Amino acid sequence: MAELQFREAIREAIDEEMAREEKVFIMGEEVAEYNGAYKATEGLLDKYGYKRVIDTPISELGFSGIGVGAAMNGLRPIVEFMTFNFAVLAADQIINHASKAGYMTGGQISMPIVFRGPNASAGQLGATHSVAYDSMYAHFPGLKVIYTSEPDDAKGLLKSAIRDDNPVIFMESEQMYGMKGEVSEEEDYIIPIGKGKIKREGSDVTIVAHGKMYHVAKKAAAQLEKNGVDVEIIDPRTVKPLDLPLIVESIKKTNRCVVVDEAHPFAGFAAEIGFLIQREAFDYLDAPVQRVTLPDVNAPFAKNLFDAWLPDAKNVIEAVNQVTYRN
Amino acid sequence: MAKKKKNEINFAPRGIGDEKDGAVQKGVDLPAPTKKKHKSLGLSEDDLKAMYEQMYLQRRFEERAMQQYQKGKFGGFLHLYIGQEAISTGTVFALNDDDDIITAYRDHGWGLCRGITPDEGMAELFGKKTGCSKGKGGSMHFAKTENHFWGGYGIVGGHIPIGGGLAFANKYNENGRISATFFGDGAVDQGALHETFNIANLWGLPAIFAVENNGYSMGTAARRHTVTEIADRAKGYGMKSKVVNGMDVFSVYEAMKEVSEEVRENSEPYFLEIRTYRYRGHSMSDPQKYRTKEELESYQKNDPIERLKTYLKDEKILKDKEIEEIEERVEQEVLDAVEFAENSDFPDESALYDDMFAEDEPYFHN
Repeated sequence: MAELQFREAIREAIDEEMAREEKVFIMGEEVAEYNGAYKATEGLLDKYGYKRVIDTPISELGFSGIGVGAAMNGLRPIVEFMTFNFAVLAADQIINHASKAGYMTGGQISMPIVFRGPNASAGQLGATHSVAYDSMYAHFPGLKVIYTSEPDDAKGLLKSAIRDDNPVIFMESEQMYGMKGEVSEEEDYIIPIGKGKIKREGSDVTIVAHGKMYHVAKKAAAQLEKNGVDVEIIDPRTVKPLDLPLIVESIKKTNRCVVVDEAHPFAGFAAEIGFLIQREAFDYLDAPVQRVTLPDVNAPFAKNLFDAWLPDAKNVIEAVNQVTYRN
Repeated sequence: MAKKKKNEINFAPRGIGDEKDGAVQKGVDLPAPTKKKHKSLGLSEDDLKAMYEQMYLQRRFEERAMQQYQKGKFGGFLHLYIGQEAISTGTVFALNDDDDIITAYRDHGWGLCRGITPDEGMAELFGKKTGCSKGKGGSMHFAKTENHFWGGYGIVGGHIPIGGGLAFANKYNENGRISATFFGDGAVDQGALHETFNIANLWGLPAIFAVENNGYSMGTAARRHTVTEIADRAKGYGMKSKVVNGMDVFSVYEAMKEVSEEVRENSEPYFLEIRTYRYRGHSMSDPQKYRTKEELESYQKNDPIERLKTYLKDEKILKDKEIEEIEERVEQEVLDAVEFAENSDFPDESALYDDMFAEDEPYFHN
């Protein structure tokens, strides 16, 4: 194992896939000469040149569409968004075109494209830079959605995403790029899309948490341990397709579940998981499933309001206390 | 139309030239057609015969499709290309067969021209499994990618960047191919066009972008929905442009031949405004109150098929009888296609889940 920053794990995945396959290229704002807004692509321009590491104008709709056309015509683009908040401008290409072109032409078109970049909030950035979009993209058929929490997952899953012949949304976090973690040094390290991971074994309650919220859940679990609550954390890693059997198996053991999600509550990931659990594991539940999400409110700027808005370990502990009837 | 009172604030279009506050204005001014004859354009007599047959096929295919639609044989949208056949035909004859073509939802003519058989096309309209897109696309999503026809797309302007992407891949792969992206005049106001033009010229993409300006964006005259001449859009992006008579197949062929060679040679984008006229409504439900019968008739006098027919006769390339033979053959082909479509099966219910993902057995969240 090697200790890498999240951004280094991302870079290794891109680098290895570009070295392996000539048809892989990366484009996005500041990815080349600036070496990446968050340095995820540092050094790639020097290594691969201007043909395969391409700076784009601030033109999300335009360059995403060029990525879609290039994917249809035989290339394997990685389209980087400086944040998924800006990808909303490209939603027509992702939602109306990338996810549908293959189906509506009766399978004549294949769409091997990765849209990646940071997702969700990153401190006091105000309402338009703070949204978690994984639930939204997961709503649409034809897209795979990955939002990882640790460098090891990021490397293995990004390599899978680049090799996948379908459009894949791959999400990161500005606040996690500097985070270090052990990353497998296995040659050609691949994690299959759609496989979750038990990140902490426990017997009293299952917490489902992905992306940045995994770390919030981890912190809560450490505190709960001191109070004698043994938490199991499942990180689905891939939002869609979801590793539902892993979650269900855990609930069969713990009989309790809290879902922690950095999206807004209505029609989000947590809502969907809650439904699936009641359908698949109703008889195993000793308490209603609880969720910890953002409120149904935009991101505020003021520090105190922001802290109240973003889910934290305290919120998770409260939810665990509820499902374990400890309050 | 509501009359404007003096000094009253209004948001009626200023458009080009005379301002009539939303009054119906003539769709497009056709530039003069080329004076060249077929030999100096490099077209053989056989080419002309094939062009005539192709244009006549597109016309009759759609007339029969319209009839079947009105009989209730299939549903959904039906956007007819009638009147614009010279553009698809002139283009496909001018480009190489492996150049990449992509268009909007008015796509039947393009599909037929790029090798979708009348059977496959009509079956697609009927939503049958034998359709070019297995009944999954319908009228708006004809495609035949093996012939480099990437399909019809339903979001106005949405496929313009994709056409740029086809060109990007061609340049990346150094395969000598170019892309040609077609869209209606309604699409020139979309941001997608502007973003694509900027990037296409920035990166030197070998791409032709061509507006089929048929005078109306649904029911809104071109002069009421967009400022300045459409071809001038290119200037803001340092792109070359040209205005072409789209009612004359020779003019389209000549322009496409010239422009495609330049685009291929220099790896640079080019914008064409091809002026044409659609005879039918935007879709089948359009009562066409935005234009006069006289206006329609004035364009029909320039009918591209009649024009070529007259040329073929004047130049003694085909006799009346030979033309009739072509027309009868096409007519039969189209009737056979209707029969084929009617007799074909609908997709199996299991096909609902096919073609969503590249994998053989993908997982679905139901």
